Amino acid sequence: MTTTAAPQQPQPAPIVPDPTPTAQPFWDALAAGRVDLQHCAECGQWVYYPRSRCSACMSPNLVWETISGAGTLYTYTIARQPTTPAFSEAPDLVLAVVQLDEGPKLTTSLENVTEDGVRIGMRVKPYFHRAGDLTLLRYQPA
Amino acid sequence: MGLRGDAAVVGWAEWESERKHAGVRAFQLEQWADLAASALADAGIAAHEVNGLVCCDLRESTDFVPATIAEYCGWRVNFAERVDLGGASPVGMVWRAAAAIELGLCDVVVCAVPARPRPRPTNPRGPRQDWLTTGASSNEWGSPQAEFDIPYGNIAQNAGYAMIAQRYAAEFGWDERALAKIAADQRTSANANPLAVFRDVPLSIDDVLASKVVADPIHVLEIVMPCQGGAAIVVTSRDRAASTRHRPAFVRGFGEHLAYKTHSYADDLVRTPIGPAAQQAFAMSGIFPGDIDACQLYDCYTITVLLSLEDAGFCGKGEGLEFVRRHDLSYRGDFPVNTHGGQLGMGQPGMAGGMTQVVEAIRQIQGRAGERQLRRADNVFVSGTGGIMSEQSALILQGA
Ligand SMILES: [Zn+2]
Repeated sequence: MTTTAAPQQPQPAPIVPDPTPTAQPFWDALAAGRVDLQHCAECGQWVYYPRSRCSACMSPNLVWETISGAGTLYTYTIARQPTTPAFSEAPDLVLAVVQLDEGPKLTTSLENVTEDGVRIGMRVKPYFHRAGDLTLLRYQPA
Repeated sequence: MGLRGDAAVVGWAEWESERKHAGVRAFQLEQWADLAASALADAGIAAHEVNGLVCCDLRESTDFVPATIAEYCGWRVNFAERVDLGGASPVGMVWRAAAAIELGLCDVVVCAVPARPRPRPTNPRGPRQDWLTTGASSNEWGSPQAEFDIPYGNIAQNAGYAMIAQRYAAEFGWDERALAKIAADQRTSANANPLAVFRDVPLSIDDVLASKVVADPIHVLEIVMPCQGGAAIVVTSRDRAASTRHRPAFVRGFGEHLAYKTHSYADDLVRTPIGPAAQQAFAMSGIFPGDIDACQLYDCYTITVLLSLEDAGFCGKGEGLEFVRRHDLSYRGDFPVNTHGGQLGMGQPGMAGGMTQVVEAIRQIQGRAGERQLRRADNVFVSGTGGIMSEQSALILQGA
């Protein structure tokens, strides 16, 4: 790998999702600078992405709780070619999977990193990224 | 549990892989009929004997695909199935056909996957543009991919496979030359396959490593080349197989496993679904990895082959790099993998890509592989992979 600079913020987020009613509390929390995660009242499992039933026991008794959002980098890649034309304004985007301390993994991308500074297993914290009407949950080194 | 091994693949048809189809364009429904007719002729089975079919999708029809095909081909079938497992579909088609035959539902089943271009519409009404721009991810409202994956740029295949490779490197180490050797060894076989898109283009390890990185650590020459083509097979009962034209390839075992769509939600990205699928296939067949004469492993990327060798049990976990360094994987080698060149060497004709592995397994068992015919090809292992290694299937075929 070379030591070229990582992507500069702010990143464009050209594909902004339409929130679903089930996940609206998650998006509302992000807009307020919090990470809220569903917690199963039956079996204790933390659930991501937001669902109508627990992904471990299928219980509908899921409760929103605020977490720190801290986690560990599970894997990543640097997209030397845009994954889709919509991301052509974001060269060398660092795509990532982060594992939350609560257990679930999530799809995200990294901000405030250099290529040499990315390491699987590194600690990461949320980077709240305003995109259109929504805030995306991106990550940065802790 | 499982099959008795009383159904066999007895005929096949395979179209040349082409970057751009040179011949006349036909609708996929027409291609389906052409492929089916050729495969039936290869087996020596008459069209009126067909009483089962297995398909994937059809560009002309979003729904009611099996009935549309039966009607078009003039078949009356007791078993009709549409498989939706991405690249794992062809292997999934074979075992479903075998299972239906062993249940006594039918005794001649055609499975076809056409992948040539269709006639250009005179009145263009939106091809599947959405699919083209978002890969195999659904961008429909309410799709988890639309809400939680695509907005971050996690689209299509390259980045997902790259993240699997990066995780593998972090857990087990990395040797880019070993990965490149998979592509180079397979190219040796492709150079002996007249249907391969790269039949005339040699490839060395250094060539692979000199090609550009698309998503770290994957080089562009470690990725399949999209192309056009198509293939079909005919599966029949042991009784009917006795009077066909070539050596039957009996379906002795199969397995299939899936648990997620997007790789981010895998429990463990580097212990892949082919593990439980292969375990079931071997247990069902009573055949062991050491009995296998050749592997036809779904190879959308080199990393897919590496992980399939490990997780299917041909070497230990984390030993794949050393295994690849130690063995010649070409048809001339001591551990033949993808003797047709794989999709890396032959090209990936869309959904029919996985069928190249199935057809090559049968071709080797039937002794019809020409220059690249193996001396011994009685037991062949085939894998199929869909999505980001999110759905995988295994098949054990045996000549008898
Ligand atoms: Zn639960």
